[in-house]
Amino acid sequence: MILTLFYILSAITLATAFLTIFSKNPIHSAIYLVLCFFSIAGHYLMFNAQFLAIVHVIVYSGAIMILMLFTIMLMNLNKEDEKNKTLLSRIAAAGAFGLVALVLIATFIKSHAVIARYDVSGKDYQSIKVLGQVLLNDYMVPFEFASILLLVSMIGAVLLSKKEHING
Amino acid sequence: MENILQEIGIDNYIYLSTLLFCVGAFGVLFRRNAIVMFMSIEIMLNAVNLLLVAFSTYHQDAAGQIFVFFSMAVAAAEVAVGLAILVAVYRNVKGIDIDNLKNLKG
Amino acid sequence: METNLALLLLFAPFAGFLINVFFGKKIGKNASGYLGTAAVAVSFVVTLFFFLQVSSTKKAISVELFEWLNLQNFTVGFNFLLDQLSLLWLMFVTGIGTLIHLYSISYMHDDENMHKFFAYLNLFVFFMLTLVMGSNLLIMFIGWEGVGLCSYLLIGFWYKNQDYNDAAKKAFIMNRIGDLGFLIGIFILAHIFHTLEYTNIRTAVENAWTIDRTWLTIAMLCLFIGACGKSAQIPLYTWLPDAMAGPTPVSALIHAATMVTAGIFMVTRLNFLFNLTPDVLEVMAIVGAITSLIAASIGLVQNDIKKVLAYSTVSQLGLMFLALGCGAYEIAVFHVITHAFFKACLFLGSGSVIHALHGEQDMRNMGGLRKVMKITFATFLISTLAISGLPPFSGFFSKDEILMTAFHHNTVLYVIGSLASIMTAFYMFRLLYLTFYKDFRGTEEQKHHLHESPGLITFPLIVLAILALVGGAISLPGASWLNEYLAPVIAKPAVHHHLGPTEYMLMGIAVVGALVGIGIAYAKYMNKGEVPPQDSEIKGVAGLLYNKYYVDEVYTAIIVKPIYAIGSFFKNVTEAAISGLVFGFGKAAVFLGKQGGAVQNGSVGFYLLIFVLGICAIVGSIFLIK
Repeated sequence: MILTLFYILSAITLATAFLTIFSKNPIHSAIYLVLCFFSIAGHYLMFNAQFLAIVHVIVYSGAIMILMLFTIMLMNLNKEDEKNKTLLSRIAAAGAFGLVALVLIATFIKSHAVIARYDVSGKDYQSIKVLGQVLLNDYMVPFEFASILLLVSMIGAVLLSKKEHING
Repeated sequence: MENILQEIGIDNYIYLSTLLFCVGAFGVLFRRNAIVMFMSIEIMLNAVNLLLVAFSTYHQDAAGQIFVFFSMAVAAAEVAVGLAILVAVYRNVKGIDIDNLKNLKG
Repeated sequence: METNLALLLLFAPFAGFLINVFFGKKIGKNASGYLGTAAVAVSFVVTLFFFLQVSSTKKAISVELFEWLNLQNFTVGFNFLLDQLSLLWLMFVTGIGTLIHLYSISYMHDDENMHKFFAYLNLFVFFMLTLVMGSNLLIMFIGWEGVGLCSYLLIGFWYKNQDYNDAAKKAFIMNRIGDLGFLIGIFILAHIFHTLEYTNIRTAVENAWTIDRTWLTIAMLCLFIGACGKSAQIPLYTWLPDAMAGPTPVSALIHAATMVTAGIFMVTRLNFLFNLTPDVLEVMAIVGAITSLIAASIGLVQNDIKKVLAYSTVSQLGLMFLALGCGAYEIAVFHVITHAFFKACLFLGSGSVIHALHGEQDMRNMGGLRKVMKITFATFLISTLAISGLPPFSGFFSKDEILMTAFHHNTVLYVIGSLASIMTAFYMFRLLYLTFYKDFRGTEEQKHHLHESPGLITFPLIVLAILALVGGAISLPGASWLNEYLAPVIAKPAVHHHLGPTEYMLMGIAVVGALVGIGIAYAKYMNKGEVPPQDSEIKGVAGLLYNKYYVDEVYTAIIVKPIYAIGSFFKNVTEAAISGLVFGFGKAAVFLGKQGGAVQNGSVGFYLLIFVLGICAIVGSIFLIK
């Protein structure tokens, strides 16, 4: 039952990812990507990582994708006017895809990972309460740095996308 | 609380992540539209995040999820800045076709 | 106490050097001159103290400062040895040094770099003291190199004249050749004896230590080459006549009295080793005899007053090496001392003459100075008589002893030495007649300015003349104070021949020979009143002699030119090949860079492709290929 669910979710993930790439229209790409992200959030839920699933939906499907859609619309890119790459570079891309997949999977297989059994510690390690404690105790400093990073990136984004005024 | 990996197996997640990552890499190489390349990069990031969560469950340890959390924060920042750059580029050259941006030529 | 005094003895001139170098300009010319003189005088006084102590106790003083090199079973200490030999040398180095410093105060007074001159002179004395006082060969080598350096600095003291600079370089390079021999000799000795201390080597030798004679002979030969360089023997003598480019006090101090006798000092110091290698001694005797003859013959026709004296010095040094070669170390030392007196006096006298004539050195433009420069003339006459070997002047005793020893050793060497002595008498009197007799041949203006030199110049002359007169008393035939004094340091005393008929006959021959030389000179330059012809008119044998047997030209042709040829070969061919190779690498790098630059085509997609492939390669090489 759960395995079936996993296969369905995985299929959705991979399919939407492929569709993201192959869609001629960037808006369609974005929408497929949102679906892809939702399916990944489904994977997180299967792990019982509720907090992460919710954050994922909010950040990716919500914030990032909205940002991208806005940008696409700002640039008026919702036309299928993108020229294809040359045949050679497309073949090179496909070759690289195959090669990366081959190398990574071969690496995994060659490492002979012994995965005989899975621990069930029974302790609560991923509820929102526990994560909050870990995040604000053990990872306090990185947490604060993350906030600074976001602030800085916000300022940077504002500065970059501002219209340039010569001499001012 | 049972471990979901008992039913699915960590290797399935590894394969899934690998494939997702490769799809992202393929997209980066395949497309000329900078925004779609951006999306492909997000796919690659998510492939890694997914694997981190899977291993977090495998080790029954929260550290992996914390890491994913920070990774998301960085991704958000990256997207904000990256899109701002793209907007600036678009404003200057009236297009975001990556093959037309050859100022990196040495 | 002794250590401190010895350090005072050594470092007083060094202190003078430092003060003159750093403050010489500030304290003024006279102050710097008197300071330099005082520094050496302090050394002289301390030396005198040690000398009196050692000659009464007859015990050498050893001053151990610190261990300098400490290798496995080989140590070199920074020690000084004040024994009879070194004290004797110190006596006349500091004594004559003081007089010459005093002389220089007046002589160099018009030179703007007087403080520098005194600094160099003091440094020279310091190094000479190091050379003499060292208790092992390495310390001697420090001094040996140091005096060479000072000699270079002082020959090229008037550095604005390129010829003088060339002379300085020549002296330095010639000395370096000898120094290399000296150094190799030291290395071999260190290898044989595992020590460089004189006393230890001597003990080893005396304890019938089995010594590899072949290596010892090579070592001694190398040391002799070193002595040849420093003491201007064939084939390395040509620097000394050129060294006359330096100021005259330098010629007197370094190139007549002290530094050039360093070779003799070294041989005497190591007499116990040279005794073991009779072959080397034989070579030394032959080289010395030939040098004395050749130098004397060149001296016959020279017209530069200092050149005559320079060749005379080379000739006298040759006689000393003849004595050394005959195994008569005391006699060589005796001649070193008497020679130091009269040759210093002669040089200083010539300096006085040059001073009076404002730099004129050509004897053809002198003459008649006897009437004006009475003191200079008197001292010069005494020294000339001494060097010519007339009794009772000091030169007679020392030269006669050398010739006597040579006679008993080998008649041929005796004949060569006697010929050189006769020539010496001739050219010295030629010098005397041309300079001081007849009428003045220089310009009217020079004649107008002729004057006797001031007291600071004449005082050293008088002292040295007295010493030249009575110096022979230290080693009278039959009752030699010197031989007795030196007995502890000489392993095998020279054979002293009983004064029989043969010996008296030899003395007679020597005196008659000298008188013949003087007579020829008198006939030629007094009776006939000849003046040497101008350079272009010197022909035939005289021309050959005047041009010094063309030795310099021969050296240029067979040594200097080939070295230049090798140099230019390396420059043109080898350097071209090497730089071709090096520049080739550079060009290849530039070419590869250009080719590699083509990869940077500016396409982000292409970069990403390479990036992905690179990651594949890294991951693959780390995890897949083991």
